[in-house]
Amino acid sequence: MADDCCRWLANEMAEPNVLRNNAAADKSGQSASALTREQDLIARVQRGQNELFYELVRPYERRVYAAALAILRNESDAEDVAQEAMLKALANIRQFRAEARFSTWLIQITVNEALMRRRRERTVVMEGIDDRRDEETDYTPRDFADWREIPSEALERKEIRQKLAEALASLDRKYREVFVLRDVEQLNIQETAEALGISVASVKTRLLRARLMLRDLLAAGWGQGWFSRLPFEKGSKPW
Amino acid sequence: MVNERVNCEQVWRDISNYIEGDVDTALRTAMDEHFGTCPRCKSVLQGTRNVIRLYSDERMIELPAGFDRRLERLLAQRARPRASRWLTWEAWLVPVAAMALIAGGMWLMNSRTAVQQVKSEHANAGQNIPPDLAVVVAPGTKVFHVPGCSFIHDKDNLRKLTAKEALKEGFTPCPRCLKKYLETTAVVYALPGTQVSSDADEDEAARSDTSHRDEVRGRD
Repeated sequence: MADDCCRWLANEMAEPNVLRNNAAADKSGQSASALTREQDLIARVQRGQNELFYELVRPYERRVYAAALAILRNESDAEDVAQEAMLKALANIRQFRAEARFSTWLIQITVNEALMRRRRERTVVMEGIDDRRDEETDYTPRDFADWREIPSEALERKEIRQKLAEALASLDRKYREVFVLRDVEQLNIQETAEALGISVASVKTRLLRARLMLRDLLAAGWGQGWFSRLPFEKGSKPW
Repeated sequence: MVNERVNCEQVWRDISNYIEGDVDTALRTAMDEHFGTCPRCKSVLQGTRNVIRLYSDERMIELPAGFDRRLERLLAQRARPRASRWLTWEAWLVPVAAMALIAGGMWLMNSRTAVQQVKSEHANAGQNIPPDLAVVVAPGTKVFHVPGCSFIHDKDNLRKLTAKEALKEGFTPCPRCLKKYLETTAVVYALPGTQVSSDADEDEAARSDTSHRDEVRGRD
């Protein structure tokens, strides 16, 4: 079953054309030399040098953990699943094809593992019932203050990271998962839909709502002083 | 080409697709124009981009303490080639100990069997009995005899076997017909100051041996 899953992922990942993958690699900030080094590591692990596997996955360990956490909402479970996903990727590394993006393959294995665990443990019950009506109605933004870009240095501050994480955690499961896979994990719309087993249209609708809701949550956070002491403190709101 | 106009609600509906680059040219142009004139929608656009930029930053992901160390250790354990498991001397401790236990157990079992072979407290295992010597045992007894021995009780149900087999099964030699092999008996009962006539015994043993061989030959 697990092998079937990974074979499916490998086949799916082999489909997209190389141009899109290169573009994705550029978008994720992966330089050409880093990509070459990754391909070299993959080939060596596929030839049996398993001791190099941690070096191969290390750049993605945060994203793997974040994907598991978005689905399970429990740090301990997320770490377990991240480890299981890594082991499964190692066991199935020969099924990975070079044309695919390794990080995406790894994330999709993780999402699959996390979804399986959630189904097994029925944690979905704790988060209430998904209401399809949300998706069918338009979301109206609440805050229209002038915008300025929040400098990325803001993320150096732990309390800001914590507030942003809390805002994300407050979203309903269906919005949080889509947002994390697309905007945190950098999967594309199609990959996000396949990983979660939902339609592309649902991904787009949920992504729109997730982004707008987070924008409103952060705008409200501005009013509560989340971003005080930042360079634009005396200016207008960043939203 | 006349650009179609869009209102705020339409912009909000498609703003995510706009950021994705997933709108057709006409809609993109119309939305661009709208953003140029509508500060509210521009605020929504820029705020949404802010959200995406902040959350896509890896610093947003905080790993639990020790996560990478635990993962590295787990992968190192799994990555270790199976053959190398036997390259350290510690790895051999368990199998060597197991083999030693088995060997010791077998030795003990053999020792116990040897002790238990002698079934009678008066029995003597005898010495130098030819292993191939044909002997008989009667059911329910503890003694083996040379065929034809007059001290066999149940002569109708005799079982033939060799002396070696009889000894192995725990039978002891008959003190009469196999007397010549029970030399130690004479030593045990020799009192201090007395002399055991070994010559006489040897003569008798020789005679007995000859007669036994004749008896065996006769039965064969």
